Amino acid sequence: MQKTLTLYDTTIGKKAAMAASGVILLGFTIGHLSGNLKVFSGPEAYNEYARWLRTVPALLWGARLALLFAFLVHISSAFQLWKRNAEARKTRYTKKVDIATDYAAKTMYWTGPILLFYLLFHLAHLTFGGQLFGDAAIFGIEGYTWEPSNPYNNLVRGFQHWPIVVPYVLGVLALGTHLFHGIYSMFQTLGVNHPKYNHLRRDLAIALAALLTLGNLSFPIAVLAGYIEPTALRFNFPELL
Amino acid sequence: MAETQTLTLHVWRQKNANDAGRFETYKAEANEHMSFLELLDTVNAKLIEEGKPAIAFDHDCREGICGMCSLVINGYAHGPRERTTACQLHLREIFKLGWKEIWVEPWRANALPMVRDLVVDRSALDRIVQAGGYISIRTGSAPEANQMPVPKDVADRAMDAATCIGCGACVAACPNASASLFTAAKIAHLGLLPQGQAERMTRVRKMVAQMDAEGFGGCTNHGECEKACPKGISIDFIARMNRDFLKAMAAARDDVKTP
Ligand code: FES
Repeated sequence: MQKTLTLYDTTIGKKAAMAASGVILLGFTIGHLSGNLKVFSGPEAYNEYARWLRTVPALLWGARLALLFAFLVHISSAFQLWKRNAEARKTRYTKKVDIATDYAAKTMYWTGPILLFYLLFHLAHLTFGGQLFGDAAIFGIEGYTWEPSNPYNNLVRGFQHWPIVVPYVLGVLALGTHLFHGIYSMFQTLGVNHPKYNHLRRDLAIALAALLTLGNLSFPIAVLAGYIEPTALRFNFPELL
Repeated sequence: MAETQTLTLHVWRQKNANDAGRFETYKAEANEHMSFLELLDTVNAKLIEEGKPAIAFDHDCREGICGMCSLVINGYAHGPRERTTACQLHLREIFKLGWKEIWVEPWRANALPMVRDLVVDRSALDRIVQAGGYISIRTGSAPEANQMPVPKDVADRAMDAATCIGCGACVAACPNASASLFTAAKIAHLGLLPQGQAERMTRVRKMVAQMDAEGFGGCTNHGECEKACPKGISIDFIARMNRDFLKAMAAARDDVKTP
């Protein structure tokens, strides 16, 4: 039976949806990192930035909904393509050599779900930790309690504890690996190619993946090295989720 | 004197699609000047003498142009040498690698179903071409050649895509058994030339729809196909297919139908 074909029905359409949502998510990770680098400018600057993010609730929630939508598109298209691809070869090879595939490309189906789980953990301890744990220790880690209106301390205190640092480092490494393939792949999927500039696609993937990995790792390193310490200052701004 | 060696071959034997299939092991006298198919010929000669069924494998031209040979040799589609079909693979290449034991498997993809032993049915690829890999013209006397100028670099690129011999090594090598490189090459060699413009947008829609309908996997940009392709066709053509397809779907005025 013939039926009308929509873009999303096709493998190329699903892959394009994955690429386009990936661009949004990549944009977020870059913005997220550049905002968080304010932690190096001291508690006032960092907390002021956190307050500023919340000044227009409509914008905040708009961005969150857009991100949520991008996540849903990214995950559902990935899942559907994964299922189709896994079923496309019922009888597997006894011997098969991968000539071109790199580690990042091969582990996309692992780094993706790892990132999802990490994201939930990350949100729980830094965003709705206050609501979730109240006065109790976050994740039962002794001495790590939520300070309302003080995201600076919530971040710094977290990285003083290994049960927060270890998943964080793993999450960041998964992000870097995922992006190394994802960014290059995005160009190819959306048909952005020209022999003169094609090498730049890989270069950009390496540069952004490295930047995001090292940038995000700088926080736990700075805290563990004692370069950044919790502040005794008190802050007071209305905390909107 | 030509170098000879005794090789151990583990060859996939399967009576038909319903048979489970298994490897059977043979010893073969290999001469460095033989092609890989000739090595299988010697095994078959012995099997026939013994009154046993010969190993079925596809071949025709044996000079790397017809695209019939289709063997996965020790995990490499068409064997370990780049830009070389199995029929053009000389055993000296195998000797160089020091391989004494070799596994020979057919292309494995649901869309290319098993026929027998090392032979699979590749008509899915033909159906993709039938869906739109042609130019509709009125035949008649040949037009004046200079009427339709084609810049040299464009002609070269079209030729790069047109070197596809349709063997299906790209499908065999792809972790997702995707036919993207094949389909992209068939789309590009027409879409690059002036004669192919009129149907360019409908062609890409129809051929991609057919590719999906055949049950091939999707492209994940791993690049295995490009390395396995005996003609070295670039995955740049896949990017081009994607671009054309996204454009064509966005611009389509009529409903696009599934095949
Ligand atoms: S037999 Fe024709 S290409 Fe190998």
